[in-house]
Amino acid sequence: MSKMAGADGDDSLYPIAVLIDELRNEDVQLRLNSIKKLSTIALALGVERTRTELLPFLTDTIYDEDEVLLALAEQLGSFTVQCVFFFFVNLEYLDKAVESLRKISHEHSPEDLEAHFEPLVKRLASGDWFTSRTSACGLFSVCYPRVSKSTKSEIRQHFRTLCSDDTPMVRRAAASKLGEFAKVLELEYVKSDLIPLFAALASDEQDSVRLLAVEACVSIAQLLPQEDLEKLVMPTLRQATEDKSWRVRYMVADKFSELQKAVGPEITENDLVPSFQNLLKDCEAEVRAAAANKVKEFCENLPADSRETIIMNSILPCVKELVSDTNQHVKSALASVIMGLSTILGKDNTIEHLLPLFLAQLKDECPEVRLNIISNLDCVNEVIGIRQLSQSLLPAIVELAEDAKWRVRLAIIEYMPLLAGQLGMEFFDEKLNSLCMAWLVDHVYAIREAATCNLMKLVERFGASWAQSTIVPKVLGMASDPNYLHRMTTLFCISALSEACGQEITTKQMLPIVLKMSEDQVANVRFNVAKSLQKIGPVLENSALQAEVRPVLEKLATDQDMDVKYFAQEAMTGMYLF
Amino acid sequence: MLILNIKLFCSYMPQFNIWILFSFHLADIISTVEFNYSGDLLATGDKGGRVVIFQREQEGNNRSHSRGEYNVYSTFQSHEPEFDYLKSLEIEEKINKIRWLPQQNAAHFLLSTNDKTIKLWKISERDKRAEGYNLKDENGRLRDPFRITSLRVPVLKPMDLMVEASPRRIFANAHTYHINSISVNSDHETYLSADDLRINLWHLEITDRSFNIVDIKPANMEELTEVITAAECHPNQCNVFVYSSSKGTIRLCDMRASALCDRHSKFFEEPEDPSSRSFFSEIISSISDVKFSHSGRYMMTRDYLSVKVWDLNMESRPVETYQVHEYLRSKLCSLYENDCIFDKFECCWNGSDNAIMTGSYNNFFRMFDRNTRRDITLEASRESSKPRAILKPRKVCTGGKRKKDEISVDSLDFNKKILHTAWHPKENIIAVAATNNLYIFQDKIN
Repeated sequence: MSKMAGADGDDSLYPIAVLIDELRNEDVQLRLNSIKKLSTIALALGVERTRTELLPFLTDTIYDEDEVLLALAEQLGSFTVQCVFFFFVNLEYLDKAVESLRKISHEHSPEDLEAHFEPLVKRLASGDWFTSRTSACGLFSVCYPRVSKSTKSEIRQHFRTLCSDDTPMVRRAAASKLGEFAKVLELEYVKSDLIPLFAALASDEQDSVRLLAVEACVSIAQLLPQEDLEKLVMPTLRQATEDKSWRVRYMVADKFSELQKAVGPEITENDLVPSFQNLLKDCEAEVRAAAANKVKEFCENLPADSRETIIMNSILPCVKELVSDTNQHVKSALASVIMGLSTILGKDNTIEHLLPLFLAQLKDECPEVRLNIISNLDCVNEVIGIRQLSQSLLPAIVELAEDAKWRVRLAIIEYMPLLAGQLGMEFFDEKLNSLCMAWLVDHVYAIREAATCNLMKLVERFGASWAQSTIVPKVLGMASDPNYLHRMTTLFCISALSEACGQEITTKQMLPIVLKMSEDQVANVRFNVAKSLQKIGPVLENSALQAEVRPVLEKLATDQDMDVKYFAQEAMTGMYLF
Repeated sequence: MLILNIKLFCSYMPQFNIWILFSFHLADIISTVEFNYSGDLLATGDKGGRVVIFQREQEGNNRSHSRGEYNVYSTFQSHEPEFDYLKSLEIEEKINKIRWLPQQNAAHFLLSTNDKTIKLWKISERDKRAEGYNLKDENGRLRDPFRITSLRVPVLKPMDLMVEASPRRIFANAHTYHINSISVNSDHETYLSADDLRINLWHLEITDRSFNIVDIKPANMEELTEVITAAECHPNQCNVFVYSSSKGTIRLCDMRASALCDRHSKFFEEPEDPSSRSFFSEIISSISDVKFSHSGRYMMTRDYLSVKVWDLNMESRPVETYQVHEYLRSKLCSLYENDCIFDKFECCWNGSDNAIMTGSYNNFFRMFDRNTRRDITLEASRESSKPRAILKPRKVCTGGKRKKDEISVDSLDFNKKILHTAWHPKENIIAVAATNNLYIFQDKIN
């Protein structure tokens, strides 16, 4: 036991002593804190003592809470392999520990890996508890590249054994690491060893294993040369697209774009296009929705020379059917990507074939579908201009703006500034202005708040003079509304708009109204006057501040209501008016 | 030759020579009993929300008679009573079901559920304790910080075995109605939970979401005629599960076919015998328990008066029917009045699927040998059994003349009901819950 630097009278060891003792404190937070400072403790103890005393102690205290174990596993990244080994037998959070190991593996020389890492991996792969076998799967790829030939052969053998393990958990771990392992293997072994394993896992009796094989498919396809794909990968992929379990088919649909890129244009044309059609027509709605989500991406990545033909002949018919699918999630998924097709197909095809579909979805009974169309209008605008749609657009917007569900109303408000920009000031004034005003007096506060924010963005876009002529009068008109909530909305609007409207409008038109409301009967209105004055203060001229604002605030500071007094005083302090 | 036959006879039905191994009195009414996969652990849940786990003594103990006695291993409070503020209803803490997870490492995991919440518990052993502090001396007094001149890493010393139970996951807020079943899938990753109208699929790692896979709630609740009474996952096919209903039907569903399994793949129903139709027909046809055989080829259902074994390949009728207490058929009226007709009996298979067991009234329980069609009635009570005594078969007298040792139907105690039984997965050891008492019986080996 070495004596640390610090003779009697030195308390430098005290903090470390505290940390060590707290490793086993009843309080989880204290233990967690100590674990996070493990490297500090290790440094103080020195390498030898860490290895012989600290780590054995830590391994045995594994009855701990999840968070502590996680933190422990994270800390392992800074330890050497030998130290790390102690944890593996019992630790529940092997995945995190494995992650740490993977990080440090590249810091070790090939000799080190052979000497320590590989035996560790071997031990894990043949462990009794399946948790250790599962974690072994995560370590193969990190040590393989740098070990000797004979060791490589051993590792491949281990992996083979684990792929046919009895426990589904281990097979799942093997399947999920298949792609990663394939990347470090030599090509000849990918073909000879890994492909059979891949095929076997893709036909496993457990759905959860077959699912993961689909993911591996992408990685493997990326590694193999084009001429080998047809023989080695495609049979398995075809099988997956027709799997009895909808979850496997869903996975295929979900990974479709990656698969498309991995297999290349020829196989895409011959195999993937028919497969994609089948997925779009699948009997299970979840699969159709996943495929619908990929329509745009799939079409974009088709080879340029055959793209239009394929889309028009093979994809578009399926898309047309999806527009009237029975399941709303499918239609919704389609609506979020369908507009993107217009840039691929160009103006004429869009007008003839796509426009009817957009219009149909714009009238869909499900609000989410309509919203998804409206939120993607900019793609269409580029190609054919929004006027084509505006006839149908307006009723759709109005219906959404008045939907019974407030969250739907909220969503459309959020698109309003974008729409206004695309539709132009005239159209907006004519058709949408009244909607925006109506939202200001909605029953739901969240809507009123969003409407206020919306007005601010509109003013930013259309300018102060537009604001003065169209919205300011209406906003100020609400100041005499019998409902105090509406009067308060006027104040919130003024606070939001003052900066965008500028000093003149604010001083000449808005300020008088605000000051007048300081005599409102309802205290909530009065204290919001104080808050509004504070907000618009920076926009006003100093003379106005002194002459008009200050007296009003002083009067409010003597108000009967406590909150009014408080906010008035806050405002005065905030604006340096005391 | 004859002697040989008798020997074969005895070994063929060893479960019919039973002696009581162990009995334990719990603080509350036992509501569920379940062996784990190896049979070394037996969990019981009770009405007070407690779980008591018994462990089999390892062989090699120096006690002569212990061929594996069960002793208390761990006790913990799994669920507490709760109050649903929105509906102004109390949520009972009674444990409805316990299911063990396959063993992954040195610790044991089980799922326990009450009416609304499912919990995953980890049961682990601790046999070491840390000794040696830096900041305190041997007497526990704090040391002066300036006097700490060296660092001391705690050392682990052995201590008496301590078994700790900690809740690892809580799966809550997914059921509007009362949970009646939970079942772990053969993929060891997911499990299902069923209430009266819905079945949800959970992932063991994810507590904030579950998939609804069956929903039989009608749009108009006034059209409700049938509820789900039990559900179970197939023992080796990860995509198959069954659920039983209050109308005596069983539906088998395939999770591969679609996300929402409202359309069954197979529908099992026995055509009704018109001659035995009565006012109570529908009530007594309600299935209280459904269990797959270990092989996965058969399933067993328990309705009020009988146990039926079904071949999964035949939907039209069961392949075997066993009468549990047919003598109650003429008493249905009074059983309806005292609510006993709604009692939910469970049933279970033995490890090799050649025998089945279920409970009855008067602390009687019944066992049926599927091969020979022999059956036996036994009683689980302290009065009639001393430790290591062989249980005497019981008989209920239905006719006029009551023989000695028989008990008449009218003398049966309907408050003493055996609803929960469990059979060791490998050996002839059975656990029977009779109200507050747990009995463990074992087959006698010569």
